[in-house]
Amino acid sequence: MRLLLKGGRVIDPANGIDGALDVLIQDGRIAAVGDIPQGPEIGTCLDAGLDAGPGANAGPGSVPCSSSSRSDHSTTIVNCRGKIVCPGFIDLHAHLREPGYEYKEDIASGSRAAAAGGFTTICCMPNTNPVIDNGAVAGFVRRRAQEVGLVNVLPIGAITKKQAGEELAEMGELVAAGCVAVSDDGKPVMRSDVMRHALEYSRLFGIPVLSHCEDANLSDGQMHEGYYSTVYGLKGIPAEAEEIMVARDIVLARLTRARLHICHVSTKGALEAVRQAKALGLPVTCEATPHHLALTDEAVGSYDTDTKVNPPLRSAEHVQALREALASGLVDCIATDHAPHHIESKDCEYGLASCGISGIETAIAVIMDRLVRPGLLDVAKMVSLFTTGPAGIIESRQAADGMDQGTSDLTANQAAAYRGALTPGAPADVTIIDPELARTVNPRQFYSRGKNTPFKGMELTGWPCMTIVGGRIVAQDGRVVGQTD
Amino acid sequence: MGISAQSTQFNRRKDLLGLKDVSNEEIELILNTAIPMKDIIGREIKKVPTLRGKGMITVFYENSTRTRTSFELAGKYLSADTSNLAVSTSSVQKGETLRDTIKTLEMMGPDILVMRHGMTGAPHYVAQNTSMRVINAGDGTNEHPTQALLDMFSIREHKGRLAGLKVAIVGDILHSRVARSNIYGLAKFGCEIRVAGPPTMIPPGLDHLGVKVCFNLKDAIRDVDVVNVLRIQRERQQTGLFPSLEEYSELYMLRPEHLSLAADNAIVLHPGPINRGVEISTDIADSDTAVINEQVTNGVAVRMALLFLMMGGRRDEIAA
Repeated sequence: MRLLLKGGRVIDPANGIDGALDVLIQDGRIAAVGDIPQGPEIGTCLDAGLDAGPGANAGPGSVPCSSSSRSDHSTTIVNCRGKIVCPGFIDLHAHLREPGYEYKEDIASGSRAAAAGGFTTICCMPNTNPVIDNGAVAGFVRRRAQEVGLVNVLPIGAITKKQAGEELAEMGELVAAGCVAVSDDGKPVMRSDVMRHALEYSRLFGIPVLSHCEDANLSDGQMHEGYYSTVYGLKGIPAEAEEIMVARDIVLARLTRARLHICHVSTKGALEAVRQAKALGLPVTCEATPHHLALTDEAVGSYDTDTKVNPPLRSAEHVQALREALASGLVDCIATDHAPHHIESKDCEYGLASCGISGIETAIAVIMDRLVRPGLLDVAKMVSLFTTGPAGIIESRQAADGMDQGTSDLTANQAAAYRGALTPGAPADVTIIDPELARTVNPRQFYSRGKNTPFKGMELTGWPCMTIVGGRIVAQDGRVVGQTD
Repeated sequence: MGISAQSTQFNRRKDLLGLKDVSNEEIELILNTAIPMKDIIGREIKKVPTLRGKGMITVFYENSTRTRTSFELAGKYLSADTSNLAVSTSSVQKGETLRDTIKTLEMMGPDILVMRHGMTGAPHYVAQNTSMRVINAGDGTNEHPTQALLDMFSIREHKGRLAGLKVAIVGDILHSRVARSNIYGLAKFGCEIRVAGPPTMIPPGLDHLGVKVCFNLKDAIRDVDVVNVLRIQRERQQTGLFPSLEEYSELYMLRPEHLSLAADNAIVLHPGPINRGVEISTDIADSDTAVINEQVTNGVAVRMALLFLMMGGRRDEIAA
């Protein structure tokens, strides 16, 4: 089975490729990227765009093809003209909720949402029940994901047992079970001594510590503190609640020389701290979410609980700083912080509502519509923020550190497999985007169980139109292929 | 424009959730309608048939003595059938959701829901989910529109106008829904607004609302026509916002020597209940400058006006 992605704009930042090229996929791997003749043995033709199900005629403007036999040697042509063909997008920060909170999301629904949203690899946070703080739970997550078999799911282990912030979780066991990083996301590690030890210990495995930066003593509130918290009468959370912890963690990274990744950075001061850390040559990275890039705290005015998120939507000044940091390269990747919630924890008073946005199905469109189309972010830069950016963070640095502790082969394999590149020989994970496709966000059509999005009803232009994982088309035109909804 | 014609316009408004989004015309209409309403309260027979056959329910998720009673009497004087549901926030968190409670009440058929809730935005959420008209009787730290309306009515009654007056609001501005609604309402009518309170209780961004922030009480009071003193909630001390009630009184209790800095014939307002010797000295609370007791009567009048306008009454129905 061969798949030829024909005539799209191929953007592959890792290999310095940006041009109208073809991508040939064979046996689940990238076979070649270039000007590839389609060859004599053509099976079926697809459009990477609208209304083209498997076997459908490619329609006007597509390459001609015969509808002959579909032998193992036949080639399926995907017409990618007008589309952007990229290495599979990686989401470094998603909440799949399973085990324990399957009513919010499970690994199957989350995988479908990721596939439809244009992601081929997702890293899932450990704030499940039980917490992913041991190898058994991490192994369960990986097995479930393999049974679902849509996208690559890489678990993130907890920093501390039960994410209680007190004792370190068994990091070696977590890494051996396939965890690519550790995080207590959802909660800060308040104790500085615990965070110090976590960072020190992580050096043994070369994995990054993903830090949810929030000073819990300063963050009791419902929205960003500023003009709008005064006007809307909600208790504010100052930007400093985030900045204090970013600063603390960076200081600890300087002490420990460990790899620190700042989750969902959202304030000007936090970005300044990251900038200084990078200037010092510390191994510090950070991510930004689509909602912090697209929305300001003004959106809270309707008391729509879908705008309630942690860290909170910030004021225009912070959003502007975040956008600039994204374009300048200070921010290493875009991550969704996909946080699906059940309707009952959102259909209530603002103060009682859970924090979080179901964002994996709108992430690409939000970035395309709000940043790329207005010219605030170069499209090739965007591709790197979803591919090489996150890939570089989850890649183990064990070898570089010269500390081979004989952990499982898995980590090394993962590092090779999910590099976010269309390198010949790499697993054929591909995301194809239609930059002109306009669609209105309708949460009822989400695959995610979480319908909680502040983007509902908004028309966005620039959507993923095909997702390929391991050479198999898993989603097309926003719908998952070969699965019942 | 006559009141009848304008009340038709007012009828397009389903709810009154805050003064932020209420027009000057609507506010003036309420204040003007409250004048004949106040006459009714002074009559021997305090009842007009205007709202006969209308149902009003008050739901207070927070304790209130005067506001709930004030709404209830306002409804009764206008012949509406009124009922009260006493609930505590704790029972809500354990059991029935707010949405379900409100739906249950709606199915009993009242026309108007008066609601107080400890959480900001709760009346807005309810209003989106019910066909009843909703009046916000105070939500969290957001708004208390009828308190501001009665304050504005009281000020106008004494000063004859609102435009150009200097008003000082003193106390815990950060947590005060009375302060917010007053700021929105008074700013619409061209008042010069100052606030005074401990820096820990001053919210950010007030300058963008045209409000002058003073930390020092004397700075705020100089030349003002009106001082609105807020009740200090004792539990704020436990959350570390000020060191002790004694120090608060020392720094912010309104005393005669402060008031001597104000303009001649300045008046003192307080939403009640007052803490004598904490935020207001007994000398002032019991003096002629304080209009605190009149405010209570005016509160009933303003709420009568609001209920009347929202339930579609016509002016000839309230003529003596």
